[in-house]
Amino acid sequence: MDLILVNLIDGLVTGLLLFMLSAGLTLIFSMMGVLNFAHASFYMLGAYFAYQISMFLGFWMGLLIAPIVVGVLGALVERYGLRRVHQYGHVPELIFTFGLALLIEEIVQFIWGKDQMPYSIPEVLNFTALSIAGNAIPAYKVFMIFTSVAIFIALLYVLTRTRVGMIIQAALSYPRTVEALGHNVPLVFMGVFGVGTALAGVAGVIAGPVLSTFPGMALVLGSIVFVTIVIGGLGSLWGALVASLLIGWITTFAKAYNIRMEDILTGIGFEKPVDLSEHMLRDLWTITSPQIADILPYLLMVLILVFRPYGLFGKRDA
Amino acid sequence: MRKPIKLGLGAVLALTIGAGSAMAENIKIAFIDPLSGPFASTGSNGLKQYQFAADELVNKKGGVLDGQMFEIVPFDNKVSPKESLIQLQVAIDQGIRYVVQGNSSGVAHALTEAIEKHNKRNPDDRVLYLNYAAVDPALTNDDCTFWHFRFDANADIKMDALTDVIKETPEIKKVYIIGQDYSFGKAVAAAAVRMLAEKRPDIEIVGNELHPIGKVKDFTPYARKIVSSGADAVITGNWGSDMLNLGKSVVENGFTGPIYTYYAAGSGITAAFGESGKGVIRLISQGQINPPESDAAAAYIEAFEAKYPDGNIDQPRITNAIGMLAEAIKEAGSATDVVSVAKALEGMEYDDLFSGKVYMRPQDHQLIQDMFIGAHTDEGVTFDYDNSGYGIVVEHKVEMAGMDSPTTCKMKRP
Repeated sequence: MDLILVNLIDGLVTGLLLFMLSAGLTLIFSMMGVLNFAHASFYMLGAYFAYQISMFLGFWMGLLIAPIVVGVLGALVERYGLRRVHQYGHVPELIFTFGLALLIEEIVQFIWGKDQMPYSIPEVLNFTALSIAGNAIPAYKVFMIFTSVAIFIALLYVLTRTRVGMIIQAALSYPRTVEALGHNVPLVFMGVFGVGTALAGVAGVIAGPVLSTFPGMALVLGSIVFVTIVIGGLGSLWGALVASLLIGWITTFAKAYNIRMEDILTGIGFEKPVDLSEHMLRDLWTITSPQIADILPYLLMVLILVFRPYGLFGKRDA
Repeated sequence: MRKPIKLGLGAVLALTIGAGSAMAENIKIAFIDPLSGPFASTGSNGLKQYQFAADELVNKKGGVLDGQMFEIVPFDNKVSPKESLIQLQVAIDQGIRYVVQGNSSGVAHALTEAIEKHNKRNPDDRVLYLNYAAVDPALTNDDCTFWHFRFDANADIKMDALTDVIKETPEIKKVYIIGQDYSFGKAVAAAAVRMLAEKRPDIEIVGNELHPIGKVKDFTPYARKIVSSGADAVITGNWGSDMLNLGKSVVENGFTGPIYTYYAAGSGITAAFGESGKGVIRLISQGQINPPESDAAAAYIEAFEAKYPDGNIDQPRITNAIGMLAEAIKEAGSATDVVSVAKALEGMEYDDLFSGKVYMRPQDHQLIQDMFIGAHTDEGVTFDYDNSGYGIVVEHKVEMAGMDSPTTCKMKRP
C-alpha cells in the first residue's frame, strides 16, 4: 500500500515533466500545423543553458534566465526560419524542424562535448522531504511537482481568462477572421512558439539534474512527447495534462511491479507449453511488464488512434 | 582463362601493396563505436585514448616495420549492429585490415560473424578484430573465432573477482542484480547468480532484473524496487547514461550500500556522481590508475591529460591493444598478413603499463590480466576523472584473474 503511494508520486513527477514539454508542443501544433521535431531539442538547450548559468550565478538564476533565453531563441527560429518556410507547405516545415533538431544536437556537442554534464540539484533542495515506509521522496521531486502545477495553472489562466488567451484560442480555429479583425496573427504565432519552447526550456532546467544532462537527452524524450499530444488530443491543454499523467503512471507502475505475461496468459485460460526453449511464442510467454513499460504509451496511442482518432480531449476530427 | 587473370590481378595487387609499404604507408585501424547518440561520450573518449596510444606507443617510437605509422580511422556505429556492419564494409573497402570495437556485445557478435564470413570469402584481404570492451563471455567461448581478440576481461572473469570480494564481506546478505536487456546484461546476471551460489550460498538474491538498453528516461521505479527489497548491495553491468542514471536514482532514493559496477567511471559519470557516489560506487576493472602503478604510467596519464584536458584514461586496456598489435606486426614482419599477426598475438606476453604482465590465452583469445576493485572517492586520488577531484582508488587486486577459467571455445584455425 505504501509502495503504491510512492509510485503514484513518482508517476506524477514523470507525468508533470512530460506535460511541460507537451503543453508547448500541442499549442504550437494546433495553431501552426507544424509538428515541431525540434521541441525536445529546446528542452535539451534549457538544461545546458541552465547548467552553464548555474556555474556562475547558481541554480535559481538558471531557472529564471535559461527558459527566457530558450524562448527568445524559439521566437527567433519562428520569425526567421519557420515563417519563411511556411509558404512552401507542411512538408518543408517538417523537414526544417527535423534538420533543426539535428543541428541543435551537433551544436550542443560542439560547445559542451559529448560527456555527461555535472549539473546537479541545488544544495538547498538536496535533502529528503519525507519518507514513506523507507522510501525517500527527495525534496527536489516535491519542488518539481509544485513548479509544474504552478505553470499549468498560470497557463490555464492566461489561455482562458485573459484577452491574449482569447485571441490565441480564436486564432487556433479561425486565423483569417482574427486577422481580419485587426489582430497581428503572425505575432501571436511567434509568441506562442516562443512560450512553447520556453516551457520546454523550463522542463529541461528542472529535469537536467535528475535525468542527467547529455547530448542524447533530446532523443530519449523526443518521440514520447508526440505520443502524449496525440493521445491527449491536438491543441487541448487538458488533454496534454491527462495524457502526460496517464503515461507517467502507466510506465511507472509497469516498471514497479513485475507483472508477468505468463500469469496473464494462464489467467485467461491459456495453457503454458511444457518446453518453452524451442516454442514459437517463447518471447511472448517470457515478457515481463518492466521490459515493455516504455512501449505501453505507443500501444495506447495506437488504440486511441483506432477508437478515438481525435484524442481523449480533442475537439476536431483529425 | 579465369584463373590466370585472377593470378595476374593478384600479382598486380601484391605489387601495388608492396610498393605502398615501401613508401611507408600508414597502418589504418578502423575504430567502430558510437560517436553520436546516448552513448557518444563513451565512444568518443575511447577514440581519444586510441589516438593517443597510437601516437605515444607506436608513432613517436618510429612506427613499426620500416617506419609505418598507426592511423586510427573513426566510424560512427550509433551502437547499432546493423550500422556497424555497414561501417565495417566501408572500412574494408578502404583497405583497412584491423578493426577495434568495444561498446556493446550485441555489436561485437554482429562484427565477429561478419568478419568470419568476410575472411572465409576473401582470403586475400582478411581482417582482424580487436575487441577492447565487449565482454559477453560467449565471444571467447561458444562463439569464438580465430579473428577475434579480447583485451578486456570477460564478464565471468570480472564477476569471479567481484564475488571474491563479496565473499570477504559478511555484512552483505541480500543482493539485487540489475542490467541492460541484451546479451551482456544477461551474461552478468547469470554469472552473478551462479558464482554467488557457489561462494556465498547464504546470500539471498532479492531481485534479478533487466531493463531496455538506452531507453529508460527515469530509473526511479527501479530504484524503489531495489530499496524496498532490502538489498545490502547492488550488482550492475550498466554502462553509459544507463549507469549514471541508475546509480543517481538509487542513491537519491535512499540506498546506502555498495553498488558494484563494471563501468561507473569516466566519460562524465564520475563528475556527475561527485559526492553522492562516495562510499557507494565500486568499480571492477583492469588497469590501476590510483595509486599510479609506476612512474611510466603516471607520465603517460599526465601526457594524455595535457593533450586532452577533458579526457580520461578510463579504459587503460587500450594501451595493451595498440602495444600488442604493434609487437605482433613486428614479429610477423608484415602488417598485411593478418594470419601471421594473429598467430603472433596468440600466447603473447606483454608488460601492461597499468599493471603487471598480461597474457593472450591462445585457446580462446582472451587476455588474462590483473583485476582491480576500486572505490569512487576523493581521498588519495592522484589522477581524477572528469577534472572532478573524484576518481577510482584501488581497494583489492586479483592477480592474473581467470588464468585457468574454463572455455568451450573450439576455434577453426586457417
